[in-house]
Amino acid sequence: MSLLSLKSMQTSIGQYAVLHDVSLEVPEGGVFVLLGRNGAGKTTTLRSIMGLWEPSPGSVRFRGTDLTEMHTADIARLGIAFVPEDMGIFGGLTVEENLILATANGSFDKAALERIWRLFPALETFWTKAAWSLSGGQKQMLAVARAIIEPRELILIDEPTKGLAPSIIDAMADAFREISANTTILLVEQNFEFARSLGRDMAVIDDGRIAHAGSMADFTANTDLQESLLSLSA
Amino acid sequence: MTQQINRGERFVKLVVLLIAALLLFAPFLFQDIRSLEVAARICVFIVLVASYDLLIGYTGIVSFAHTMFFGFGAYGAAIALKQMGPGWDAVILGTLAGALVSLVMAVAIGLLSLRVKAIFFAMITLAAASVAMVLASQLSQFTGGEDGITYKTPEIFKTATKLAVTEEGKVARLFGVKLNGKLAAYYFVFATSLVLFLFMIRLVASPIGTVLKAIRENEARAEAIGYRVVAYRTFIFCVAAVIASLAGSVYSIWLKYTGPETALSFTIMIDILLMVVIGGMGTMYGAVIGAVLLVLAQYYLRDLMGSAAEALSEIPLLPFILEPDRWLFWLGIIFILLVYFFPRGIAGTLSEKDAKT
Amino acid sequence: MERLLTAIDRTGGVNLLPLAVAFVAFFLIGVPSSWVTLTVAGLAMGMMIFLMASGLSLVFGLMDVLNFGHSAFVSFGAFVAASVLGWLAGWLGSESVALNAAAIFLAFLAAIAFGLAAGWFFEAVIIRPVYHDHLRQILITMGALIVAEQMILAIWGGTPINVPRPNFLEGSVLMGDVAIEKYRVFAFLLGLVVYLALKFTLNRTRIGLLIRAGVENREMVEALGFRIDRLFIAVFMVGSALAALGGAMWAGYETLITPALGAEMMIVVFIVVIIGGLGSIEGTLLGAIMVGLVANYVGFLAPKLALASNMILMMVILLWRPNGLRPAVK
Repeated sequence: MSLLSLKSMQTSIGQYAVLHDVSLEVPEGGVFVLLGRNGAGKTTTLRSIMGLWEPSPGSVRFRGTDLTEMHTADIARLGIAFVPEDMGIFGGLTVEENLILATANGSFDKAALERIWRLFPALETFWTKAAWSLSGGQKQMLAVARAIIEPRELILIDEPTKGLAPSIIDAMADAFREISANTTILLVEQNFEFARSLGRDMAVIDDGRIAHAGSMADFTANTDLQESLLSLSA
Repeated sequence: MTQQINRGERFVKLVVLLIAALLLFAPFLFQDIRSLEVAARICVFIVLVASYDLLIGYTGIVSFAHTMFFGFGAYGAAIALKQMGPGWDAVILGTLAGALVSLVMAVAIGLLSLRVKAIFFAMITLAAASVAMVLASQLSQFTGGEDGITYKTPEIFKTATKLAVTEEGKVARLFGVKLNGKLAAYYFVFATSLVLFLFMIRLVASPIGTVLKAIRENEARAEAIGYRVVAYRTFIFCVAAVIASLAGSVYSIWLKYTGPETALSFTIMIDILLMVVIGGMGTMYGAVIGAVLLVLAQYYLRDLMGSAAEALSEIPLLPFILEPDRWLFWLGIIFILLVYFFPRGIAGTLSEKDAKT
Repeated sequence: MERLLTAIDRTGGVNLLPLAVAFVAFFLIGVPSSWVTLTVAGLAMGMMIFLMASGLSLVFGLMDVLNFGHSAFVSFGAFVAASVLGWLAGWLGSESVALNAAAIFLAFLAAIAFGLAAGWFFEAVIIRPVYHDHLRQILITMGALIVAEQMILAIWGGTPINVPRPNFLEGSVLMGDVAIEKYRVFAFLLGLVVYLALKFTLNRTRIGLLIRAGVENREMVEALGFRIDRLFIAVFMVGSALAALGGAMWAGYETLITPALGAEMMIVVFIVVIIGGLGSIEGTLLGAIMVGLVANYVGFLAPKLALASNMILMMVILLWRPNGLRPAVK
């Protein structure tokens, strides 16, 4: 059984239908990459899973539990973390406060904290700084750190490499590789190189529909498919 | 959204036409002074509420300064008539001065707050309106303070003026109605109100109206398409302000008196809100229905409540509920219920019901 | 002018603004004893207004809900406290400070209890159905304000009500030739205590952390697993209770209250949150102190301008900082 299963999910924002028919099976473990052009519906898919938009009709199942009618907070409590495109950092709070909010009971697990500091040393350096003063890359690190401070089953990450320097992207890729060893990651990405290096399975969304789903290896080999779905010139 | 005219909409239009006809022949149909008073008030409030509807119904912004503009117009005409004497020059000058002040204030408030946050706008207009109220009572050498000003209006509007005389030199009658200055004054109010209302109907049917609706439906999208939302909002705020000001001038000429109670008080603002919500926002015709219903209720239902409370004074609780002083309380409750359950008001609900089937 | 403002900004930020105002006023007034009296009055007034405004600001910051009915809590608080003080007139007049204090404590407690209950009712019945619809929110809360004012008229009547003060807060303390009203000092200190408690809660507790995070980004707090709607009811209730407490203190300050109190304070409260910046407690305090000081100084220097002074202050500050002095980070 797959970890997350979307069945003909349709989502409208106001009067505009954004997702027409999204069906997707995300297996447990590894990184699942969701690719697609701008405006294809990638972000809306993640937000619909998280309950921030309400998909109707259609269903979202997580380990067999129907998430469709559930409140965002309850979905999060099932062990799903969300790293939005704008990172959702609380700028007025310190790095420490941002992280402590993400813990279940308001105290840090020592091992989890040390792991974060090892993956993202900058966060330890700026531990008591207000989060708005961090650089874009450091904010992204903080956003990812919030997602892994507690053990999670699934992390939804929306375009984590957007606007980041190459060296930070590499650090991020290393972190994701380590995280995905015991947590499933559903990654929305425009940066195909980054996605290819991480993804095991993948899908392409186009105009609110799943246009292709399969393994990353097959997709990488098939340049025609890349050309037609992503307008990528290999 | 569809262009087809459905039965509900046709019904609303029919009602509005009927009201227009009743107002046109009001002096002949209802031959007492109080009824004429009611009819004139309805005319003025139709314009005032419709101009407010331009704002709230067509752009979705809430202003609490509409009475302030109404008051500028009223005090403009009133002060000019008081200082310069009862001539048309005073009427025109006062009206224009009131409209100009309204325009300047509207531009200032609009540019200052429409670009920041829509919610600020409601608060800032409320604050501005309260300052205007305070100023009116402080500058008593011009405004007469709490007592207001009484003044004479041009000769032709005097009740004693004979528009036509019989052979004996008495005022002529038509269907039993004296053709005197009061009649002239009423038709002055009716005609100016009609012109202003038709102008607004024209405005919302024009391309500008279409843009305003686009902004109301989806501000971000309208902005993305390239409409300058702030500019349009400021523009419509100015138009609404000037029309409200003109309505104020007309009303002050009719009343021959202007004071805080008739031109500036917050009660008028509440009346406008009630009328626009009861009638239906964003329809223009709703303004007509809302104004008629509420003015009629104000003049007649209150009396009815009073006499009912007296008649039922033996029964407990009922007199308390029907007490005329509780009037605003019940209006408030009705207002809340309306906003909950019929946010589109009478005109909107009628038109919508039919459109769905 | 502009260069001066940026210079102020660099040396200590907007927090110095009240000091600057007090400094300028000192020279304009010229008489030190009057200046001290006015400053104390301004600070006391500012603290009471802060209590009234803080809830409105937080409620807006957290849920984007602007409650035009907020001032109803202020006037109900004032009238509830006045009634309780009226019943306990015997205790108030007594020589025993303990009885005095007990009476005023009970009066404030009644106002707070009323505020909590009314806040809950208001949130659940009036506001919840229109969370995401600003237009209807403004209209409905305005309607609720009308109904609330009519209820006050029906219960307490339209005539002004005398509010007795406890014995130990009557009169003034003399310091040299400066007379300082005891009640003002009391109001200032009580306001300060509430402010510090609020600040502590917001900065040092988990609930406070959640509120501050929620003001910035509601969705993200929910995505981290917290029900912000439940948090919101609590904030709304506390905000209403603070407004009622502010109203109760105001009643004792004015000693004569009318049903128009709510409408008058509403404008001031709005101006304060606009000046201070919506959503931040520090901004609200700053705005309230500014309004309190300016109102008192101008009332002394140019009585005719007093009523418009708040408005002018708001215009100037909005032109300088369109989002207020210290808005919450968004």
